[in-house]
Amino acid sequence: MALSREQIASIASLARLELTPGEFPVYQESLSRIVDFIGALDRADTTGVAPMAHPLPGLSQRLRPDAVTESDRHEAYQQNAPQVAAGLYLVPKVIE
Amino acid sequence: MSDLHRQSVTQLAAGLRARRFSSVELVGACLARIEASQAALNAFVTVTGEPALAAAAQADRLLAAGDGGPLTGVPIAHKDLFCTQGVRTSCGSRMLDNFVSPYDATVVAKLKAAGAISLGKTNMDEFAMGSSNETSFYGPVRNPWNPALVPGGSSGGSAAAVAARLVPGATGTDTGGSIRQPAALCGITGMKATYGRVSRHGMVAFASSLDQAGALAPSAADCALLLREMAGFDERDSTSVDTPVPDYVAALEQPLAGLKIGLLREFFDKGLDPAYERCVREALKVYEGLGAKLTEVSLPSLPLSVPVYYVVAPAECSSNLARFDGVRFGHRCENPRDLNDLYRRSRGEGFGAEVKRRVMTGTYVLSAGYYDAYYLKAQRVRALINADFIRAFKEVDVLMGPTTPTPAFALGAKTADPITMYLNDIYTIGANLAGLPAASVPCGFVQDLPVGLQIVGPHFAEARVLTAAHALQRATDWHTRVPRAYA
Repeated sequence: MALSREQIASIASLARLELTPGEFPVYQESLSRIVDFIGALDRADTTGVAPMAHPLPGLSQRLRPDAVTESDRHEAYQQNAPQVAAGLYLVPKVIE
Repeated sequence: MSDLHRQSVTQLAAGLRARRFSSVELVGACLARIEASQAALNAFVTVTGEPALAAAAQADRLLAAGDGGPLTGVPIAHKDLFCTQGVRTSCGSRMLDNFVSPYDATVVAKLKAAGAISLGKTNMDEFAMGSSNETSFYGPVRNPWNPALVPGGSSGGSAAAVAARLVPGATGTDTGGSIRQPAALCGITGMKATYGRVSRHGMVAFASSLDQAGALAPSAADCALLLREMAGFDERDSTSVDTPVPDYVAALEQPLAGLKIGLLREFFDKGLDPAYERCVREALKVYEGLGAKLTEVSLPSLPLSVPVYYVVAPAECSSNLARFDGVRFGHRCENPRDLNDLYRRSRGEGFGAEVKRRVMTGTYVLSAGYYDAYYLKAQRVRALINADFIRAFKEVDVLMGPTTPTPAFALGAKTADPITMYLNDIYTIGANLAGLPAASVPCGFVQDLPVGLQIVGPHFAEARVLTAAHALQRATDWHTRVPRAYA
């Protein structure tokens, strides 16, 4: 199946990826081929087969007591942030 | 000249305890080898020489006092997707080029607690997405057996570093073959644990239902020692399994006689290089000589493992990599116009071509109208593959076959076509989909390039896989071969 340039633009937009003009034909070509490749799954008869989300069936997610386990290390964590002020992460203005 | 680099993890740990050499001496020798090889191999992204030498001096004090753990003073390296406190953790990506982790991954902390000394972070395919180490932001790693060839991926830096004996052991992760495939291509032993066996806390996530850590080292005995120290329950990983870790080292000498080995019919297919196949069959004959029983088994759904993987892994990766938003850490674009522009350009600039391809593939298969046709369908076929394995392990103790279809290939040979690259993992992906422990063991050479035998076991049968690998390594010396340039 050939994906159109518009479909690539829509996928990139959903994925929040800015593509350069030169990247469009590259991903149009390779994603179309990948979609064809994974289309092979259609051949498998999966009638009545439950989807498997996890490789260890029967294992349930653990719960833990609702207690504080972490100390406040926001200063250490924010050392990796591009822009902070007063302990807050800064981004461009969202609400006009 | 020192021959410390020719010694295994096990030998080095014993030699340090017996004070035949010091950790400072050993770490110094490894650091010199790393530096001397870096231009040719590019196996490391970051080398932490000074802290490593300080830790070695501390290890020597412990050893002099008769203290220390099972790995005290032994140098290792970590794949650069394990978070290391105070040390850049790049994941091979521009996105995390400036990221200094504020904490240690559980694997890093456990190996440190066992006494191992990290010499640095090894190069890898960006976010572990690749089979040749060519997608790294820091440039490709080269194969120590032939620098024109790839080392495999994504743990290519770890594999090359061990193959060139820069370090005696290294950590890796395996989502679709990323430990076993580079171990095979570099002629070393690589072992991936059962899903849930080793904590994923602090391992940068790629595909969370597939990712699992493991060890790369010259021998199975070394992998047993490293894995024993890495494995175990961790409350910080919600999929970590709370069962005791057996002593994989103590289990190694168990007799092999009567072991039922299943040969995976689907792996001896037309895509397998005939000379490669001959080496694998020779190794199987060695097992027969040791008293194992060989039978052929068929896993009819297994040929669909690559298409299943290229739905499930990209879907999970598109979700996991949503955290890289240019806000809290990682790359941020210059002068964003608004929040959406900040997200789009930070991600567009920070991610490389293959990562973008996988994020978009995942976004597509999860998008409205396609979720059932691709993602749910892939999860159903995954269940069929899993059922095939469960059925097979009712008849045999371990499964064996080739690790890869061919030996190492040339740099650039498969970069033009992603599907060709993806098919390099055709024999390794099944174990990830089913969450099984699996190893690759050196079993010969084709035109001076290493060949890997793959051994897959049932869930939590790491000891059985390692014992089988060790038995081959007592009968053969393929795992002791070192590339001439690094002998």
